[in-house]
Amino acid sequence: MTVAVNTEETGKKIAEAIPGSVVSSEAGSLTVDSKSLAQVSEFLKNTPGLEFDYLTVLTAVDYLHYFEVVYRLVSLKNNQSLILKTRAYGRENPTVPSVTDTWRAAYYQEREIFDLLGIKFEGHPNLKRLLLWEGFNGHPLRRDYL
Amino acid sequence: MPIKTEQFYLNVGPQHPSTHGVFRLRLSLDGEVVTDVEPIIGYLHRGIEKLAESRTYTQIIPLTDRLDYLASMTDNVAYCLAVEKLAGIKIPERAEYIRVIFSELMRISSHMMAVGFYLNDCGAFFTPVLYMWREREKIIDLFDMVCGQRLLYNYMRVGGVSQDVPDEFLPAIKKFVAEMPRYIGEYNQLIKQNEIFLARSKGVGILPKETAVNIGASGPVLRASGVKWDIRKMDPYSIYDRFDFEVPTGEAGDCYDRYWVRIQEMTQSLRIIEQAINQIPAKGPICSEVPQFFRPPPGETYGYIEAPKGNLGFYIVSDGSIAPYRLHIYPPTLINITALKDMMIGWKVADLIIIFGSMDVVLGEIDR
Repeated sequence: MTVAVNTEETGKKIAEAIPGSVVSSEAGSLTVDSKSLAQVSEFLKNTPGLEFDYLTVLTAVDYLHYFEVVYRLVSLKNNQSLILKTRAYGRENPTVPSVTDTWRAAYYQEREIFDLLGIKFEGHPNLKRLLLWEGFNGHPLRRDYL
Repeated sequence: MPIKTEQFYLNVGPQHPSTHGVFRLRLSLDGEVVTDVEPIIGYLHRGIEKLAESRTYTQIIPLTDRLDYLASMTDNVAYCLAVEKLAGIKIPERAEYIRVIFSELMRISSHMMAVGFYLNDCGAFFTPVLYMWREREKIIDLFDMVCGQRLLYNYMRVGGVSQDVPDEFLPAIKKFVAEMPRYIGEYNQLIKQNEIFLARSKGVGILPKETAVNIGASGPVLRASGVKWDIRKMDPYSIYDRFDFEVPTGEAGDCYDRYWVRIQEMTQSLRIIEQAINQIPAKGPICSEVPQFFRPPPGETYGYIEAPKGNLGFYIVSDGSIAPYRLHIYPPTLINITALKDMMIGWKVADLIIIFGSMDVVLGEIDR
């Protein structure tokens, strides 16, 4: 069985290594500050005992006053999983750092979120619309899109 | 006198027989050698994730059929499992077995199409496909028997399945399971030792283990690269922990391994079906009582299965109403094609068709 890691313990470990990065570590998921996301992702991938080398789902949810970006990480070696979250604020220009340098699995998924929800991923090598055409007006998966 | 050369751009698709749908590849070529690849997708985008936000949980099931249309049954299963996880619904024993039997039949059918069309791309024009189709037809007849549909089944329900299997189903599937190994042997006789096929697929389009993990590849593509990762074994969902089967893996991660892993998986699926037929309870309910409009508690869940093409998942956020607040589909083939660039650069255009064919891509799933 893929066991979900204890988010509180993992949150403590991350907070020790990267102070000020963990926002909350409630049951089931770990929310980090988007500013330190790049550092946290490197830490999660390279720390012995965690070794989250496999990124599966990467998606975002529009909660109207903020966007929540969700990452589900799996460690193939330890057979563990972790749900990592971060938040992006603002309707005009919500921005989150890209994790493509750490996990290339994010490449298309970040482009898709940019296309459908309008979240910019800083540092993405080729941030273009994926499913809709260039010049499409708006981001259809936002809750206020009609 | 030096010959003046320049970069040549070539569009493959969106309408091209070897792109398995409406997929476009923008190639940069140096003579016949590929120097850059840019996949362009979205020609089949129907906005299923947006449509789902205005439909009830049950109404979304037919939409999931249209994702991977060569393996609709497993799409249904993945969605229903995610909703059941979200709403905390238990499903009856008999329904679990029916689901497993149909998932594995679907896997065999999907792999047959994958292998058949892959051989087609290799230049064995339609003979292997027709051999595969002969047995796929029998699987489709079994599906037809239980739900009256041949391609888009809409058979699974939240809480079980829509109807019980008819009396003639079990004898028919027993006959199929008994006959099938002989046909797999026939495929091997036809394909496995074929010198042209070996020359064109061995060592072509290698996906190294580290890259496969880093791009998040799943399914036969990941296993062909030598990573023993099958969700049915590593994180058993439904009742997969009751069955005895093996996870075939490749070594080199080339096109041949991807083909061979699929053929071996068919045999393993037959093993699972055989055990499921022997264990299935003879009578019993096939669907737990779920109201037509049910409201899962607010929260979120991620349900995933090992679909024929890889790790298929549904991320659902509920706000306590009859429709999901957000539904995200995690499509295995979209993630797998992240590696196209690594696999294709340096190969010739004719090899590119083979490499793409070995990925087993279905555009309904990529574009959603």
